[in-house]
Amino acid sequence: MTGPAPFDITFDGEPIACRDGWTIGAALTAADVRSWRTTRHGQRPRGLFCGIGICFDCLVSVNGQPSVRACLAPARPGDDVRTQLGTGQ
Amino acid sequence: MNTPKVDVAVVGAGPAGLAAALAAADSGAMVALIDAGIRPGGQYWRSPAPGAGRFTPDTLHHSWRRFVDTNKRLDDLAGQQKVQRLAEHHVWSVERIDDGWAIHCLVGPEPRQQAGRPPVTIQARRLILATGAYDRQLPFPGWDLPGVMTAGGAQALLKGHLVVAGKTAVVAGTGPFLLPVAVGLARHGARVRGVIEANAPFGFARSPRVLLGALNKVGEASAYAAQLARHRVAVRHRHVVTRAEGTDRLTGVVVARLGRDGRPEAHTQRYVECDLLAVGWGFTPQLDLHLQIGCATRVDVDSSLVVTVDDSQQTTVDGVWAAGESTGIGGADLASVEGEIAGRSAAASLGVTPASARLSRLLRRRAALRRFAGVMHRVYPVPPAALDNLPDGTLVCRCEEVTAGAIRHTIGDLGASDPRTVKLLARPGMGWCQGRVCGFATVCLTARHLRRSPTVEDLRAFAQRPIATPIPLGQLAMPSTEGNAGGDGG
Repeated sequence: MTGPAPFDITFDGEPIACRDGWTIGAALTAADVRSWRTTRHGQRPRGLFCGIGICFDCLVSVNGQPSVRACLAPARPGDDVRTQLGTGQ
Repeated sequence: MNTPKVDVAVVGAGPAGLAAALAAADSGAMVALIDAGIRPGGQYWRSPAPGAGRFTPDTLHHSWRRFVDTNKRLDDLAGQQKVQRLAEHHVWSVERIDDGWAIHCLVGPEPRQQAGRPPVTIQARRLILATGAYDRQLPFPGWDLPGVMTAGGAQALLKGHLVVAGKTAVVAGTGPFLLPVAVGLARHGARVRGVIEANAPFGFARSPRVLLGALNKVGEASAYAAQLARHRVAVRHRHVVTRAEGTDRLTGVVVARLGRDGRPEAHTQRYVECDLLAVGWGFTPQLDLHLQIGCATRVDVDSSLVVTVDDSQQTTVDGVWAAGESTGIGGADLASVEGEIAGRSAAASLGVTPASARLSRLLRRRAALRRFAGVMHRVYPVPPAALDNLPDGTLVCRCEEVTAGAIRHTIGDLGASDPRTVKLLARPGMGWCQGRVCGFATVCLTARHLRRSPTVEDLRAFAQRPIATPIPLGQLAMPSTEGNAGGDGG
């Protein structure tokens, strides 16, 4: 069985292959990207941790909106996903 | 204006919530089934979108048949307007209204992305909370490195997207849940370098009669063991991951054997290269809503804060039932049974009388599964010394970047004598996740330092959240619409 055709989103400008129904976190993980945020104090990299919307570690900027949970947000064709720095402002 | 729209609202569409909704609707009640997910099933019966790839549930899901049947019957009832299925509804608050409950929801798979979507309020005469649980975590050096994930998170990527979270994996922590996670990763192409289990399963031998009452559980465990053997994955009992290594992402972990004193033995340390560590120490029940409305709680055998319920799953708050992990971690089978009991009882309280024959069977089954859960918790405890050697520089609160040293400082130097004070002084649990991840560890660290056991009050200090999910202020200001069938998941 095949679903809708795969599509691309971009991460910091680079294309990332994505399947229908994937979250942004799943797409980044499948592309071997492990982090897309730095912390406020230590500027440490963060990515998926709990994977189910609990921990807020995977916050990312999507189409200009900061602090979106990558593990919950469905990826849509052409989404412009960007690394989020510090407080996300 | 406050006329309730439905008889029974069920929050959560996992094993407990689905069973509760079906039981209540079958008894003749009008039901709203509210769930945050896009598709029903909760964490346990999570499934991928059709576009994600080839999906073979039998390899990933036990009792998948029960899910499909329950879901189909709920769909049929939804078709007859007896059930409203509200998917992508994140409940952020519940409040009492004249003759029942107002359940306030933000809408969308990630509501933060849909700031323009008005919130929704559902009104119900009775409320069943089936909110489930999430992985319980213990901090260790390097656990904030990308590539270290919760066991449930790795499993969610697999079940929900057929995405494997790493090429070379180590699965660690404690509890039977580690086994299906390791099996799933191995099956989907990861090289699993071992299951690092802090405990040993021999304790089960002391409770043969309890095992007889839950033979399917024993069968599950042996099936997983056989599959791990097939994939040449070793389970190392009484071992722990003492450290995760890497600069910007995980490159490996250090594993050590636990000595008789429950502490890792330095001479047994060895390095295991991996790009994924899936780790979990049992589960923490999700109690935001229960605590908002004042449900009484207790500390369960596994040291988790759980909701107190009576024989019919009713909480100490009139008109509110709880089922599944929030009443004690016990797995999907127990959750389904509790859900059914709760659904029947909630419907009965509205004047419907379900047949009693089935009830006595349900009560017997619940008793057997609860006994099994109790034994499981005793066999797979969090080792009491688990956090004793945590270096001062290790993060405990990932959100606010609070270290173990900062927490010890508040106790040793500033005189904090309970976790609530530690939280106020050092800010663990004050960030985005509101203590969901670090709460248990902070409580354990504090109590251990003070040479006492964690109390209900300690745990409540990190579980009480006036708002269950962060809300953009703009959405709070928006007038909420009345609930009506929005999605088809729920």
